Formats: sequence, C-alpha cells, structure tokens
Amino acid sequence: MQDSVVVSVRNLETSFFTKMGPVRAVNDVSYDIHRGETLGIVGESGCGKSVTSFSLMRLIEHPGRITGGQVLLQGRDLLQLPEARMEDVRGGEMAMIFQEPMTALNPVLTIGHQIDEQVLRHKKVTPKEARERSIEMLSLVGIPSPEERYHNYPHQLSGGMRQRAMIAMALSCDPVFLIADEPTTALDVTIQAQILELIQNLQQKFRMSVQFITHDLGVISEISDRVLVMYGGQMCETADTVELFNNPRHPYTAALIASRPKFGSRPHRLTTIEGSVPAPHELPPGCPFYNRCPRRLDECRVQRPPVSTIKPGHQVACFNPL
Amino acid sequence: MLTYILRRVLQTLVVIALLSYVVFTLMALMPGDPVEMMIASNPKITAEDIVRLREFYGLDQPAWKRYANWVGTISQGDLGYSRTYRVPVMELMGPRLLNTLILSVCALSFSLLVGITLGVLSALKPGGRLDSFFSVFSFAGISIPSFWLGIMLIIVFSVKLGWFPAGGTQTIGMEGASWYREFFDRGWYLVLPVMSLSIQQIGTFMRYARSAMMEVLRLDFIRTAKAKGLSRGRVLWKHAFRNALIPLITIAALSLSNVFSGAILTETVFSYQGVGKLVYDSIIANDFNVAMVSFIISVSMVLMMNLVADILYGFADPRISYS
Repeated sequence: MQDSVVVSVRNLETSFFTKMGPVRAVNDVSYDIHRGETLGIVGESGCGKSVTSFSLMRLIEHPGRITGGQVLLQGRDLLQLPEARMEDVRGGEMAMIFQEPMTALNPVLTIGHQIDEQVLRHKKVTPKEARERSIEMLSLVGIPSPEERYHNYPHQLSGGMRQRAMIAMALSCDPVFLIADEPTTALDVTIQAQILELIQNLQQKFRMSVQFITHDLGVISEISDRVLVMYGGQMCETADTVELFNNPRHPYTAALIASRPKFGSRPHRLTTIEGSVPAPHELPPGCPFYNRCPRRLDECRVQRPPVSTIKPGHQVACFNPL
Repeated sequence: MLTYILRRVLQTLVVIALLSYVVFTLMALMPGDPVEMMIASNPKITAEDIVRLREFYGLDQPAWKRYANWVGTISQGDLGYSRTYRVPVMELMGPRLLNTLILSVCALSFSLLVGITLGVLSALKPGGRLDSFFSVFSFAGISIPSFWLGIMLIIVFSVKLGWFPAGGTQTIGMEGASWYREFFDRGWYLVLPVMSLSIQQIGTFMRYARSAMMEVLRLDFIRTAKAKGLSRGRVLWKHAFRNALIPLITIAALSLSNVFSGAILTETVFSYQGVGKLVYDSIIANDFNVAMVSFIISVSMVLMMNLVADILYGFADPRISYS
C-alpha cells in the first residue's frame, strides 16, 4: 500500500506576510493520497483548503509564501524544484480545475486554443496533433459536436459545458494527480451531479489521484474515499468517508455533520455552530476551534492539540475527542 | 460587419454635416469679416467699394445661404481660396496636413510603444521600486506643459548639445536629394517635436496600461493559465495583455485627435510647418475657408477614430459582435 502513495504532503506551512504581521493560512498540514484515491478536503471559507491546493501547485501569490514542509509528488519534493521544472509539473503531472467556470477560462481565446496551448506545452506534438488531442478530450468529457466547440469562445458555452471544457483541459496531458477546487459550487444542482459523475468516471478510467475541495458535505460523501477536515488552517480530523460520517471524533466534524439539513425532517431551525471563524491573525495560540467548542478543556486554550491516530486510518487533533 | 461599418460611416457623415452647419453659423456670428480687413489695409477704399466687395464675396447674404453655397462648392472638390495667403486652400493645407499627420502618427506610435510597455512592467509589482519610479515619471510627463517642455528640449538638445535642429521641418535645399537622405533629414527634424508631444502621452498611456493590466492580472483565468504550466512571459503577454488591450484600444484611438490638436503648440514652438499654426491664424484672421476645412478635418478625425476603435473592439473581443 505504501508504495502506491502518489502525493504526500508533510507539515505544509503557508504564511501571508500582511501589514498586520505574518498570518499562517496553512499550519502543519500532512496527508497522503494514494493512486486512484479521492481525498476530500472540507472546511468553512477561510479554513485554508484553497491555500493548501495552491501551495501544492506552488501558485501562492505575493505576499503569501510557503514557509515550510514538503510536497512529494511520486517521491519528488515539488517545493525544491526550480521554477522552470515546476512549470513542467503544472498542467502536466498535476492539474487543477477551478470553482468558477465563467471566469476561469480566458474570454478572448477559443476553447480549442486554450487546450492546444497546454498540450503543446507538455507534449512533443505538432499543432495538428494537439488539435486532434483537444477535440478527443472535448468529446471524452461529453461535449457534443466537439469540432464545433473547439472553435467556440467561452461565452458561447453554458456554465456546465465550460466546466467540462476546463476538465478536458486539465486532463489533456494525462495528469497523475488532479486538484479540484470546488468545481461544482457555481453550478446548478443537476449540472453539479453530472460534473461529479464525470470526474469520478474519468478518475477511474485514468487511475488518477484526486484532491477534491469543497464546503459541501453532501458532495464530499458522494465523491471521496477519505476526508480531511480543516479549521483555521489546521487539520482537525482525517478518516475514511464512511468512518468519518458515522463516527466523527473531533467536535468540529461532529458539529458540521449535525448542521446538515436532513431530508424528510423539517426542524424549526437548522442546527448551527455558535460563533464564527476567527480571523486568521486572531487565531488563539491553542486549538483554533477553542472559542466555539462545546467540549473545550483548559489546556485547549494554551496548547495546540497534536494529531493522534485513534485507530488505523483515523486521525484526530483534539484533547477531548468524542 | 460590413453593413455595420457602412451604417456607422453614414451616421458619421450626417454628424459632420450637422456640425459643419453649426460651426459655420458660429463663425458668421464672430465680429468682423474679410472685407473689414481689406478696409483696414486700404485707406483709399470708398463706401461703394465696400458694398461691391460685400456683394462680390456674398457677405450680404444670410448665413444659411452662404453655407449652402459653401457646401455646393466643397462637394465639387473645390475647397475654396485662402484670403490671407491668397492661394487655394488645397494647395495651402495639403503639404502641411501631411507634415502634421507624420508628426502625430510618429508621436502616437512612439508613445504607445513606450507607454504600454512601461505600464505593463509597472503592473507586475504595483508599489514596487520600478512602479514608483515610472509613476513619478508619468505624473511629471502629464503635468509638464508641452510648450515649456519643448523649449527645454531645444535648450538642452540643440543649443547646449547640438544633437538636433532647434526647429523647422527639413534642411533647406534637401528637396532634390535622394529619397533616403531626405527621409533621414526629415526624421532628424522630427525627433525633438515627437519627444515633446510623446512625453505627455507616454504618461497617460502608462497609467491606463498599468491599471488595465492590474485589473486583468487579478482575474481567474490568469491563475488557470499559470496552472497549465505556461511560462511567465506567455501568461503575461498572451493571456493578460491580450485582455488588457481591449480598453486600451479606445484610448489609443481617441488619442490621435488629442495628439493632433496638441501638435498646434508643439508645431509653434519648433516652427514645424504643420497645420496647427495655420488653423489658429486662420480663425484670428477670419479666413473662413481655411478654418472650415481644418475644423472638418479635426471633427472627422475624432469621429473616424471612434469608429476605428469600435471596429477594432470587434476584433479584440470576441464577445462583441456587430451582426
């Protein structure tokens, strides 16, 4: 099992050097993703899930910087690569799809051009072969009449079609690892289901590892094999999806699951988590969830709970787990 | 697309016609007429002469009738006769217009090239050292009055250093020389006026290019382009600049008429044989024919450049269609 690890993130730390002082957006995050596996990362807005993904791609913009840790892709530490080698990795072995299909494609270039560009960058092919590859990818993701769509501009496609085109582009160079950053958030529920199914099918077909980021627990339970719950830039809990949903151990995970509206029942009010996420520069020195936690202890305030393995494959960072 | 252009050209012509009538009427309202100039320069003139001259030049008729006459002759290709220079307007303005056009186009191309490049560079690191330096430079350029700048350029580069001629359009007696010698000679005389006109424009273009670029660089598709593994240069020029170009097109197109009118001052400072000074003189001297023609040229230029900008939009931005 160990040698099939494709991605291994070790103690990743990303900070933003703002005027109010450095802010750790990602703090000591570690996880592995195996071949063909989907890891779901859940958390509220600002919990560091997107920053984690961008750190993996090394696309953190100024004033942010990756300040520590390792990102091993098939055993190679991406954080040590020179920028030119990293460009080979981006869009090649490792690809990413984004939240907003409306704005993630360049409005003044045709869909075909944008896919060709990536194929030509990473594969030794002629422009004609690149074009064939692009059309093949467009039909693979279920876009009807791909030869015509190839010549279309993004605004001529619907949201769902654009996200399909995004996926076609991301997968055009056979990545081993795909990062999906809330790819269905901006779409209608029906389109959302189609896109999730498409990602799952393609993943099985190409035996890709996927890191799927969302704040939607429903989506996570559908698509991922394992789940990582993040809060305040830190890991709370990670476990197999079934285990996590049936047997959450971190109070935050439990609260998240409890606040999902349940089908069939119409409670007077939805369950919520009291309080709000502290601003990144106001994080307490101990557990980031301290001020909202129903099970807090005194030590939680001053000391950060270490990540401990409760049972094989189930890790929790909590002094007082459920 | 073609019908669109045709329709726009027709609209433009209508606007020019309407505006020419308005301006003609306004000029008729100005105090004085050419005959008064003649009275002033000829003490022996009699009252009958004055009436006869007024009749001869049609100045006794109402403005709308004179306008109709003017339109009649101009539509036959006859631009009229300059009363102050005593030559046909065409002959007077033709070569000067060409000179001004050369000056304006050179200044515009130069300032677009430099301004946009510097603007893009400063957008890369807003607030950085390069950006701050260019900002000071561009604000200085925008704020310095062009006549002062022109004089300073003359003092430094022609009086002190002697690198460029202080004024004029070409060396006298160069007309017969081989074409490339004439070409370089004229280029030599152009350097300082072009500089003087450009420095202001560079500042403006730099600011616009900078903000357009900064706006585009924040957009999601730039991140997508980076995530595809494209190099920095390609992301910048192919993906970002291609989008930033869209707002810049209008600014560039409308600037040609700006530069054209800005040339009046520059031409005066460098005694460049352009149309700028002529326009000023003709209005002061009540030289209707010259003033009307130069007015029509400036108006048409603004309107035509607007049209050009709109057409270029269609090419730069696929989301705009004219069908």
